[in-house]
Amino acid sequence: MKKSNDVILRTVAKVASVIIFTFAINLFFSGHHNPGGGFIGGLAFAAGLTLLFLSYDIASVYNNSMLDFKVLGAVGVLIAVLTGVAAMVLGKSFLTHNVARINLPLFGATQLATSVIFDIGVALAVIGTAVTIIMSIGNDRQ
Amino acid sequence: MEAILKLSLLLIVLSILATVFRLVRGPSVPDRVQALDMLGFLIISTTAIFTIFIRSTAFFEVILLIGILSFISTVAFARFIERGYAIDRKSD
Repeated sequence: MKKSNDVILRTVAKVASVIIFTFAINLFFSGHHNPGGGFIGGLAFAAGLTLLFLSYDIASVYNNSMLDFKVLGAVGVLIAVLTGVAAMVLGKSFLTHNVARINLPLFGATQLATSVIFDIGVALAVIGTAVTIIMSIGNDRQ
Repeated sequence: MEAILKLSLLLIVLSILATVFRLVRGPSVPDRVQALDMLGFLIISTTAIFTIFIRSTAFFEVILLIGILSFISTVAFARFIERGYAIDRKSD
């Protein structure tokens, strides 16, 4: 097989993956009042990782990220379940959430909700599951 | 204003029908891949016109997200056509 020469794709992917990761984080944080949230933010993050997998290869991305994505998905599910159980420990029903308005030094009056922690768990679970599926499909044999 | 928007939505529906015809009928695989990419762009333009129609900025993230997914799927299909697999295990 001849050696691949994909300079254009790699140059575009270096810039575009950063933009996609930033957009995924923006989608994640806009999820309380606007379209977005943990699930779609995690999917956009996994799409950026897929672009890196396509333009480079599995081994280099896996060695540079130093993350085991199966463990990442398990930690996400654990965070999401523990957020629900914490409300039960405090005497409320399962998955009850709370909202506080706090003056942060840089952002001003900010609305902090505990459902963000649940969303972090959902996002980590989605990233771990999607990337594990893509890696195990692309890694079988060539 | 509304008449122009409705006319452009009608024209987009016609071009979606033509693209679906190429997607089903297309003689070779690159034709079908290009038809899929074209469908993504037509969905983006439909969302943009609908956004103008209801005067809201809520769907801009949808437009960006469909653009990103369409780009990545086109790259994956192009690599699959070129070399038979999409993702390298280890680069040489």
